[in-house]
Amino acid sequence: MTAMPAVAITPQTFKSDVKPVWCPGCGDYTVLSAITKALAMLELAPENVAIVSGIGCSSRIPAYTTCYGFHGVHGRALPAATGLKVARPELTVIVAGGDGDGYSIGGNHFLHACRRNVDLTYIVMDNRVYGMTKGQPSPTTEPDWDSKLAPEGTGLREFHPLVIALASGANFIARTFSGDPNGTAKLIVQAIRNPGFSFIEVLSPCVTFRPEQRGWKQLVRPSPVEPTDDPARAARRLMTDDGFNLGVLYVGNRKPYQPAKAPSAKPADLEREFAL
Amino acid sequence: MKQAYAMELEAAERYADFADQMEIANNREVAQLFRKLAGIEGKHARQILAQMGWKRAPLGVQPLRWEGLEGVETGEHLELHYLMKPFHALSIALKNEERAARFFAHVARQDLPGAVRDAAAEMAGEEREHVRWVKQWIARVPQPGTDWDRDPDPPNVND
Amino acid sequence: MSENLPDPAMRRSISIAMAGSGGAGVMTAGNLLLEAAAHAGYYGLMTRSSGPQIRGGEAAAMLRIASHPIEGPDDRFDALIAIDWLNITRFAAEIPLDAASLLIGDPAHGDAPEALRKTGARTVPVEFKKIAKSIPGGWPNMVALGLAAELAGIPRAGLEAAIGKSMKKGGDARKASLAAAQAGRAEAAALGPWPRLAPPEGARDARWLVTGNQAAGYGAIRGGVRFVAAYPITPATELLEWMAPALAKVGGALVQAEDELASINMILGASYGGVPSLTATSGPGLSLMSEALGLGVAAEIPIVVVDVMRTGPSTGIATKTEQADLNIALYGLHGDAPHLVLAPNSVADCVLTTQWAVHLAESLQVPAIVLSDQAFGQARAVLERPADVSFATRRKIAESEAPDYKRYALTGSGVSPMAIPGTRGTTYTADGLEHSERGTPSSQASDHLAQLDKRRRKLEAIDYGEYWADVEGEGELAVVTFGSCTGPVREAFARARADGLAARLVSLRLLAPVQPERMVKALAGVRRVLVVEQNHGAQLLRYLRAEYPIEAELSSFHRPGPLPVRPDEIHQQLLQWSRA
Repeated sequence: MTAMPAVAITPQTFKSDVKPVWCPGCGDYTVLSAITKALAMLELAPENVAIVSGIGCSSRIPAYTTCYGFHGVHGRALPAATGLKVARPELTVIVAGGDGDGYSIGGNHFLHACRRNVDLTYIVMDNRVYGMTKGQPSPTTEPDWDSKLAPEGTGLREFHPLVIALASGANFIARTFSGDPNGTAKLIVQAIRNPGFSFIEVLSPCVTFRPEQRGWKQLVRPSPVEPTDDPARAARRLMTDDGFNLGVLYVGNRKPYQPAKAPSAKPADLEREFAL
Repeated sequence: MKQAYAMELEAAERYADFADQMEIANNREVAQLFRKLAGIEGKHARQILAQMGWKRAPLGVQPLRWEGLEGVETGEHLELHYLMKPFHALSIALKNEERAARFFAHVARQDLPGAVRDAAAEMAGEEREHVRWVKQWIARVPQPGTDWDRDPDPPNVND
Repeated sequence: MSENLPDPAMRRSISIAMAGSGGAGVMTAGNLLLEAAAHAGYYGLMTRSSGPQIRGGEAAAMLRIASHPIEGPDDRFDALIAIDWLNITRFAAEIPLDAASLLIGDPAHGDAPEALRKTGARTVPVEFKKIAKSIPGGWPNMVALGLAAELAGIPRAGLEAAIGKSMKKGGDARKASLAAAQAGRAEAAALGPWPRLAPPEGARDARWLVTGNQAAGYGAIRGGVRFVAAYPITPATELLEWMAPALAKVGGALVQAEDELASINMILGASYGGVPSLTATSGPGLSLMSEALGLGVAAEIPIVVVDVMRTGPSTGIATKTEQADLNIALYGLHGDAPHLVLAPNSVADCVLTTQWAVHLAESLQVPAIVLSDQAFGQARAVLERPADVSFATRRKIAESEAPDYKRYALTGSGVSPMAIPGTRGTTYTADGLEHSERGTPSSQASDHLAQLDKRRRKLEAIDYGEYWADVEGEGELAVVTFGSCTGPVREAFARARADGLAARLVSLRLLAPVQPERMVKALAGVRRVLVVEQNHGAQLLRYLRAEYPIEAELSSFHRPGPLPVRPDEIHQQLLQWSRA
């Protein structure tokens, strides 16, 4: 939805004056910056954008923007965003959160949000740790990562969110890295423009609990192949993906879910069914 | 030159962002330093404007990516640390300026129209000046000790 | 029971149960009987019971048909018509019989079980199977239907209307059913003189045939609900299923959620977007919704959750009723989280109470829990059309470009204007975190206290008006109750009047926030209060003791589900108590 701005819309338009609580160096800063850039590029008005989040470091993001924000409870951002978008389809609704919020407690909602394919853009800032609660393993943590809660590692195979997203029906699947703010901004623009459920996994290092993730800079690469719209081909790629291929990996063409809402009766008409 | 302008502008914006982050972390010293660097890059950008005689800033020019995912002169977020010292901040600036110098030198050697190569050569010279100047600045700040990142308190929990 | 009737052999209400198993079609017959009564101008109430099998299990349809409006079951059944006796004793406690009852069964299936015979009911053999077989395309349940209709005194025209309407595609099936029903009617004649139902007393035209779940759904839409998130759970599912097409017709939307955690959060999101929203569930689902209800309180987002209570705790007895979710409705949110709790007190009242709940939630920007129950939700009733009610106020909305907008401003009333997404100049982030007036997260003591005060003040500051409770009658004795106990209490009062005993009824519709002043007024002059409720832990009694300054002597009649509370139980309590 384009705005009729009295002033020019810049990324600054979308930045609130609430100071983030994040540690300097946190990948989430660049995601915030990328979101503001993307919204400016799309020339949206802040009042027509809603950012919905759960609980965690990444989930603090709504208040750092001048958009309408909904900072809900842990793991439940996707259903809240779904309700909002179905009730108010003209809004641009962005969902944000971390890997713990999104893939652990929020896992079930993740599956069904992909499946339901409501027109949302879901940005997960994945740092492979529960940062806010001081460093527990998350579903995407490597099996041998030592922590207090799981000394010597969980021993569990890590969760592969992109594969799950594809299998569940997401209409746009991409991965990016917080060390690439401009690439991330462009990707967010694409994701918002793409109808249906768009999923962006952002590799976003936690410099406090996983300082070694600074090394991701050396590990990421642009995806060697073009995005595909063939789920089977995407599945093969994603099943062999090492977690560091960046870019749009899959673009589907499912129709977004949006119940039609043209009324055909008045409330009082409904009682005819009961009347004798 | 539009590229050069965009580069300086992005560098300035990034240093300002760094300054904000340092302020939140109560690292006043480095926050001020980043503000200064932001100001300097902003000045470079305005110099280019004046030099080119542009009335308004060229819009919509994305800085080129070279030797990495960021703009040539743009600092990387991952380099920050809430306890970083001026030495570290200036080391970032130094890396940026050296990369910029390499970039323009590289452009100057490419098979491009003469005017562009000349401009690039001139910019390369400018950046080398910046490199020298940052090095001088680094020499004036104390070397950080081995325990510069020591914080006896554990991280905080909020939610 | 026969008061001032022209013919003393007539009665104002008759209760008939039909039972059978393995595809006997007892539910179908029961529904048709109710519809026949409806077409003939009567009032009625039908409940169902069944064995646990998915198919082929034993089933019972329990009907009360009356010449006047009724709100609950009678004490006993006048007849139990059994198509077969298989496992029928599971229903024995739900279908009380006595020496004046008829126990009608098919001799082809043997004798009635001892448990039923020992009630002293008069056993009557009727050969349903044989009669049905003699009619091409005839079924035993239709024979039973005809017999039941004749016992109830429902004119033939009513029965034919019901059968005709249900078999519109008709032809041979309809003819066969009519013939079988007619054969059943003939069997009743052989029973000899039998007290008939008096003619209907009300206005024929202003009646509804409706379930409690449907009534609640309709009330919600009248209240303005246009978004529903649904997760199926017995006995609330039918409410959601009714709303799906109904909402679509009025331009709303229903989304099926993946679980109750999703449904409660979906309606929060939709309401945050400005659309009045609702979900319906039962006890286990309400437990899951606790956290998000708290979010609704903290972020001041209006929602309505209908809890169609079932027998608990935990999975409990899904198909049976109880009033044991009062505690979780009142106290189930962590922190200090004042919110609204309401309870309809009849099937018809499900419309008003749900509509009122939407209105209150929207006006006060707070979640409301509506405690319906299975006795209402899944009961099918013929009742007087409820009066139309409308509530004037709506959600207070922030104006565009409101200067220096503070979402959680500390207003005198406690209600601060809510900015709806899409409105320029008033963006804010709704937050479960404690917050300042602007909505910025805050850990300051002053902000926490100020917001707690605000959220409580807004609920206490308003005048809830006359709907807070139904206060009826005069006397030194009073009964305080809520929900589905109200109907049996009202009926018990009517009987007690005949004994010369007068009592006052306070049936609470608004359970939270407490209304101590109104209660004091309602109980003025009362010396003894009997608290009636259908749960094991006397939840309402404890709540009243804790929160209401009741000076009168308090006594309690409480028992758990699954069996319905009947008027005589209350009547006996009243007599006992009045003598003591």
